[in-house]
Amino acid sequence: MDSKSSACSSPNPNPTLGPSKLMLAFRFLRALSLVRRTTPASSRTCRGRRIERAAYASMAYTAGASRAWSRAVLRRLHHRARRRAVAPRRLSTTAGNRAEALRRLVPGGGGMDYCTLLEETADYIKCLSMQVELMQGIVDSASSYGP
Amino acid sequence: MSSRRSRSRQSSSGRITDQQIDDLMSKLQSLLHEARHGSHDRASAAKVLQDTCSYIRSLHREVDDLSERLSELLDAAGASSAQAAIIRSLLM
Repeated sequence: MDSKSSACSSPNPNPTLGPSKLMLAFRFLRALSLVRRTTPASSRTCRGRRIERAAYASMAYTAGASRAWSRAVLRRLHHRARRRAVAPRRLSTTAGNRAEALRRLVPGGGGMDYCTLLEETADYIKCLSMQVELMQGIVDSASSYGP
Repeated sequence: MSSRRSRSRQSSSGRITDQQIDDLMSKLQSLLHEARHGSHDRASAAKVLQDTCSYIRSLHREVDDLSERLSELLDAAGASSAQAAIIRSLLM
């Protein structure tokens, strides 16, 4: 049973996000501290890119191997030096090429049938927004604390 | 009943509200239902797909933007204050 801070007593509208949200936070923060330890202070841009990769990795690990998009993200991250294009050329003719733009945006979208694509999209968007909310929360806390 | 999270999301790339996400989810659900049961309402399906793509793009932009800001914050903050901020955001 999640409850937000005492400043606002509105109940959590998505109680099912509870445990996975915490897992996401643990993974992301662990990755964040690793980035901080291993990236020299001079290369801020590089560190920004590493943080971004940590964000997608945490998202994908938390979603698990049951999702096609998370498998695609992890494949992409592990082979990022070699493989740039995500979508394979072969789309099944029964699925058609519906929603091409969406297929390019959702990891692994190229090889999916249309129904699977829509399901994966919904899950991807939920996880993405959870990740964004986590990162925004960290930025807010760190900003308000001040040096 | 308007349910608002205690923390609203603001970023330079525009604000995505929880209501918009919920809207999009129900639209995607109905789109999925249509796809499974064979009805083809092309016009609205195209619009939902377009909106979906816009949302994903803006979410990607937010991740990008927040990554940069986190990078700056890690730079500026001392070790202990950064960790304290992070633990606070977890508990809230």
